[in-house]
Amino acid sequence: METADLIFKIVFVLGVFGVSLVIAMYSTYAERKVAAFFQDRIGPNRAGPFGLLQPLADGVKMFMKEEIIPTHADKALFILGPSIAMLTACMTSVVIPWGSSLIINGKEYVMQITDVNIGILYVFGVVSIGVYGIMIGGWASNNKFSLLGALRASSQMISYELAMGMSIIALVMMTGTLSIREIVESQPGAHWNVFVQPLGFLLFLICAFAETNRTPFDLPECETELVGGYHTEYSSMKLGFYLFAEYINMFISSAIIVCLYFGGYNFPFLNSLGLSHNLTAILGTVLMFGKIFFFIFFFMWVRWTIPRFRYDQLMRLGWKILIPLAVLNIVITAVVLLFKYDLWNTSIN
Amino acid sequence: MQLTNRSKVVVRKEMSLAERLYLPAILGGLFITFKHFFRKKTTISYPEVQRQFTPVYRGHHVLKRDEQGRENCTACGLCAVACPAEAITMTAAERKPGEEKMYREEKYASVYEINMLRCIFCGLCEEACPKEAIFLTDKIVHSGYERQGFIFGKDKLVEPVEADKRVDISGRLKAHRKN
Repeated sequence: METADLIFKIVFVLGVFGVSLVIAMYSTYAERKVAAFFQDRIGPNRAGPFGLLQPLADGVKMFMKEEIIPTHADKALFILGPSIAMLTACMTSVVIPWGSSLIINGKEYVMQITDVNIGILYVFGVVSIGVYGIMIGGWASNNKFSLLGALRASSQMISYELAMGMSIIALVMMTGTLSIREIVESQPGAHWNVFVQPLGFLLFLICAFAETNRTPFDLPECETELVGGYHTEYSSMKLGFYLFAEYINMFISSAIIVCLYFGGYNFPFLNSLGLSHNLTAILGTVLMFGKIFFFIFFFMWVRWTIPRFRYDQLMRLGWKILIPLAVLNIVITAVVLLFKYDLWNTSIN
Repeated sequence: MQLTNRSKVVVRKEMSLAERLYLPAILGGLFITFKHFFRKKTTISYPEVQRQFTPVYRGHHVLKRDEQGRENCTACGLCAVACPAEAITMTAAERKPGEEKMYREEKYASVYEINMLRCIFCGLCEEACPKEAIFLTDKIVHSGYERQGFIFGKDKLVEPVEADKRVDISGRLKAHRKN
């Protein structure tokens, strides 16, 4: 690897890392603001103009709080829990294509940290490690509420990962690749996958809610039953890490939804504007972030609309409805692909 | 047998496909919350904007003076008797010669204390007072850390002599005179 490549990669990695942290930070602000607006309130508006410094104030507060590790907790695991949650949350952004490519000094740089040819599998792998963060944290707390929360989280995530994976299979069958970049490239202009895979998109969206522990699937941390769920015993920045990881996960989930079903950095008429290559790429990235922000907003929107599921309803939905639907989606896609392929072959001959 | 004609027949019909899908209902819910997004906000940004009190609000007590700046209270003790929370205590004293400008009548309260932790702000003291001496105002009683600080003596209750610092109780007075 050349020096220029290396420098670009390092800058890009730091950039992606920083951007995802900042977005997660301001998601907490946005969540409070959006929640307030949905409930006819104003929301945080004291720290800075429009309360824009609120996340900083919250961060300072988190650091200043007393750090408590319960006497009966397993110390090493107790610290490991939030660390894993945070680490896995940050790791997923590696395979997401944030834009097409930039040409600097006549050399093309791809706006993606690494284009793994099994990108989606990588995402799934890392996300399923994220469950360990919650499980270990809940177990190490030595608290019944935490343990119940952790149990719920792990069984919920495992059940919904299945449906999520199956809903992706139909998409993979269509595009014939597991690389996220290639999936994005396969939906130029407005040929977004959501129009050909509406059922798959719906399933994926529902599972994404479950994977990020957001309402209506926030049973692992439901305040009304389990105090705080798996993070009941956590305080200070360890609690901050758990909450932060949830927001990063939300950002990454939105990014993946956008990449898989909404054309990533593609946008209708973007390439016909006649702009230079770099400008088009940057505009594409901006549009992609617009789509991502819409989905983050959608996550919040749903949170303040729908009540929480009961646990047996959650399991029923996962195993008895979503998985059969995902299988059905695969079958339909397979049939359609087969006929299309046949027709295409006959038309050529 | 039917006891009233208000009974309702419970209908347990099967849910239709649209209802079982839940998605239309969820979309409806999303639409409702979205409408609220643009509604006028009900929040009152407190220190800058203050909500208007009703003219008959019952807050911090005041011991009134008359137009010449003399205390109205004669320490008759009717307020203390009327008080359901037994929050008021007082000590009566005789007016000395030369104090005519301070107290309106021959008897006055040398000590007048209201325990604000006991007070329920019912306004019965005001109703009982024959001299229009005690009133509840729209001033808020502030919170504090010490119990002792909540026993308000004459220093906190009697209104200032200066004409521009007098406490306005016209709202309460109107209601008071109506009764």
